[in-house]
Amino acid sequence: MKVDPALVDHVARLARLGLTPDDRLRYVSELTRILAYVEKLNTLDVAGAEPLVHPFEGRNVFRPDAVQASPPPEDGLANAPDRIEKFFKVPKVIE
Amino acid sequence: MPGVLPVLNRAAYELGIRAALALHCEIAPFTKFDRKNYFYPDLPKAYQISQFDIPLSRQGWLDVDVAGRALRVRIHRAHLEEDAGKLLHPELREGGDPADDGGGGGGVRAGRAGYSLVDFNRSGVPLLEIVTEPDMRTPEEAYEYLTALKRVLQYSGVSDCDMEKGSLRCDANVSVRPRGSETLGTRTETKNLNSFKFLAKALAHEAARQIKVLEAGGRVVQETRLWDPIAGETRPMRSKEEAHDYRYFPEPDLVPFVITPAEVERIRAALPEMPAERCARFVEQLGLPPKDAEVLTTDRGLAEYFESCVALENAPRAIANWLLGDVRKEMNERHLDIESLPVRPERLVELVRLVEGAQITRLVGKDVLTEMVVSGKDAAAIVREKGLLQIADAASLGPIVDKVLGANAKAVTDYRAGKKAALSSLVGQVMKETRGKANAPLVTRLLQEKLGG
Repeated sequence: MKVDPALVDHVARLARLGLTPDDRLRYVSELTRILAYVEKLNTLDVAGAEPLVHPFEGRNVFRPDAVQASPPPEDGLANAPDRIEKFFKVPKVIE
Repeated sequence: MPGVLPVLNRAAYELGIRAALALHCEIAPFTKFDRKNYFYPDLPKAYQISQFDIPLSRQGWLDVDVAGRALRVRIHRAHLEEDAGKLLHPELREGGDPADDGGGGGGVRAGRAGYSLVDFNRSGVPLLEIVTEPDMRTPEEAYEYLTALKRVLQYSGVSDCDMEKGSLRCDANVSVRPRGSETLGTRTETKNLNSFKFLAKALAHEAARQIKVLEAGGRVVQETRLWDPIAGETRPMRSKEEAHDYRYFPEPDLVPFVITPAEVERIRAALPEMPAERCARFVEQLGLPPKDAEVLTTDRGLAEYFESCVALENAPRAIANWLLGDVRKEMNERHLDIESLPVRPERLVELVRLVEGAQITRLVGKDVLTEMVVSGKDAAAIVREKGLLQIADAASLGPIVDKVLGANAKAVTDYRAGKKAALSSLVGQVMKETRGKANAPLVTRLLQEKLGG
């Protein structure tokens, strides 16, 4: 995979990062090196190997369907940068 | 809350499988969760735990009745995910007070407030997403599909499907294509459909909008739109169209889940009979008219009440008539549902027996039912206390018939002059005299004898 400034811009936008022109150049080179390193995996023959979806062997970890005490609403709202009554107030997200 | 780690609720997993089985889906023997990454204020951790490539279930179907025509809607998949927070977009109304526009009430539109609000109470709650194939062609078909789906989910005890509480929600995709074309057009997704009626309206509106765009030489943009019930239109939801790049990857905080065929069968065996099958059985085995069977099976509670009655007294048609007629009327008038109706099956059956056994008339039976609902007493006690037993002997009815004939000379003359309709008015008079207790066929016969003689 080729890393160019346009790809860096796309990834930065998905991650909500604002990059300076210098940042962009630096990331092109750093990401190119990282991807080249990981590319090595593509040289391995994995035919017949089951895809690993989780490093743990465990399966079926459930919790019972039981009501537990919830923290008070005020504790949750304490993290709100801004609020109106019991709601988190955020910048407008629709037209 | 920061630092909280997810654990799957066992009931959510089993209910998901139960719903999938009720929809004839294949259950995945091995399933896992994935992270769907996106930034939106309804999801502060910036990813949703969902299922990407190995969903809980796939490839089912649901048969839907659309105005007497059968339509099979294929289910593409049903997967588990976590619910996100609920977003509210306050409306500035006349006077400038922002108010929640979720209810879609009146109010004068004065533009949106400069912010949105988030209620996180439902975030992290398990949600089953059921995705269909593009098998519906009209808003009516979509409406009927949802109605049938809701019935199945309620029947199987998966959800109460209360749309006001958000326990059933729907997003509708729609596209248009030229007549005769095989390929589906570009689709849009419409959200904020909090009733089936809105869904049908929004689909009709959105299809018309797309046709207009195409006929003007334009192009339909694949986007998410929001139904505005006040304006009666759909509008683009996100201020600028995001490239959908969710960068799914396996959720490291949840281990995979496996289920054996035996466990799947255990859940399948616990499923109740589905409404369509039950309806067919009521028609074939109990001899109910199809319309009655359909109404009785729409509500699981009503269907079970009916079956409890039939188990006590093998008179399905009479019981169905009572339930769909006078019992339903009592429930509507008193805002009761079948669960809160004070008259339980064994009590209703006692009433039906009194009427079927001709101990009281059908007419008296209606009043007894009302009294049963109001007082909670049983039918026999009411009949005894009020002296409502049917009068079915000629010796007791004779004098009453004579009295009515004497007091209604005109009807007697009319009848003898050939106006046979006069007879029913005379029968009515006798019923009135006896407060509905007279045996109607006997009254008719006595009247005919006396008039003919």
